[in-house]
Amino acid sequence: MLDAVVFYTLAALILGLGVLVITARSAVHSVLFLVLNFLLIAALYVTLNAEYLAVIQIMVYAGGIVVLYLFVVMLVNLKRAPEQHVDSRRLGRVGMALALVVLVELVAIGYVASTRAVSNAVSGSVRSFPASVQGGNTEELGWVLYTDYLIPFELASVLLLVAMVGAIVLAKRSL
Amino acid sequence: MLEITPLHYMLLSAGLFMVGVIGVLVRRNIIIIFMSIELILNAVNINLVALAHQFGNLSGQVFVVFIIAVAAAEAAVGLGILLAFYRNKETVNIDEMTIMRW
Repeated sequence: MLDAVVFYTLAALILGLGVLVITARSAVHSVLFLVLNFLLIAALYVTLNAEYLAVIQIMVYAGGIVVLYLFVVMLVNLKRAPEQHVDSRRLGRVGMALALVVLVELVAIGYVASTRAVSNAVSGSVRSFPASVQGGNTEELGWVLYTDYLIPFELASVLLLVAMVGAIVLAKRSL
Repeated sequence: MLEITPLHYMLLSAGLFMVGVIGVLVRRNIIIIFMSIELILNAVNINLVALAHQFGNLSGQVFVVFIIAVAAAEAAVGLGILLAFYRNKETVNIDEMTIMRW
C-alpha cells in the first residue's frame, strides 16, 4: 500500500515536471524543473534498492550536468531583456514563507529531540542495521564493475577525458 | 493496481521517454532540446534499474553508470559546441542553424 502511494506520487511528479521542462517559457525555469525531476528520479531509485545510483544521480546529474546547463543558459540569454519586472515585495513574501517553513522544521526537530532520548535513538538505529545493509548496494555494484565490466569501465574513463579535452577546446576562444 | 510491478516502472519510463521525444520535436531552443535528451536518457535508466531490481541482476545498474558517464560527456561536448556556435551566430534557434545544410 505504502509502496503504491510512494510510486504513484513520484511517477505523477516526474511526469508533470517533465512536461513542465519542455513547456516552460523561460529556459532558466526549465533547468530548475529539470533539477527537481532528477532529484525525484533519485528517490525512485531508492525505492528500487539502488542507493548508489540514487547518490550518483544527485551528484552527477543534479549537481554537475544541470549546473553546466544553467551556466550555458545564463551565458546565452544575457542579451535578452528580462520578461517581467521582478516585484521585490513578492520576493519578500516568498522569503517570509520559506523562513517560516525553516522555523517550523527547527521547532519540530527540537520537539522530537526533547521527547525522545537522543543518544538511545542514535545508537539504537546504528546498531540495528543488519550487516548486509551497511555495505549496501554499493559494494556489490563495485564488485561487478571492477571484475566483469573492467574494460568498459576504463573505456568510459577515457571517454570522459576525451570529452573534457573536447569541451575545453570547443569553448575556448582561441588556442 | 496496488501492487507495483516492473510494468508500472516501464509505463512511467515510456511516458517520460515520450515527453522527451515531444520536447525534441517541438521546441526550437537547442538548450531545451538538450534537456529533452537528458529526460530520454533518464527514462531509459528507470527502465534498466527496474528490470535489474526485478531479476536481481546488477548488470542493469552497471549500464546505468555507463549511461550517466556518456550523458555527462554528451552534455559537456554539446554545450561546448553550442557556445562556439552562439559566439559566431548569436542564436540558439535550431531553425537558424543551417550552415551545414547540404
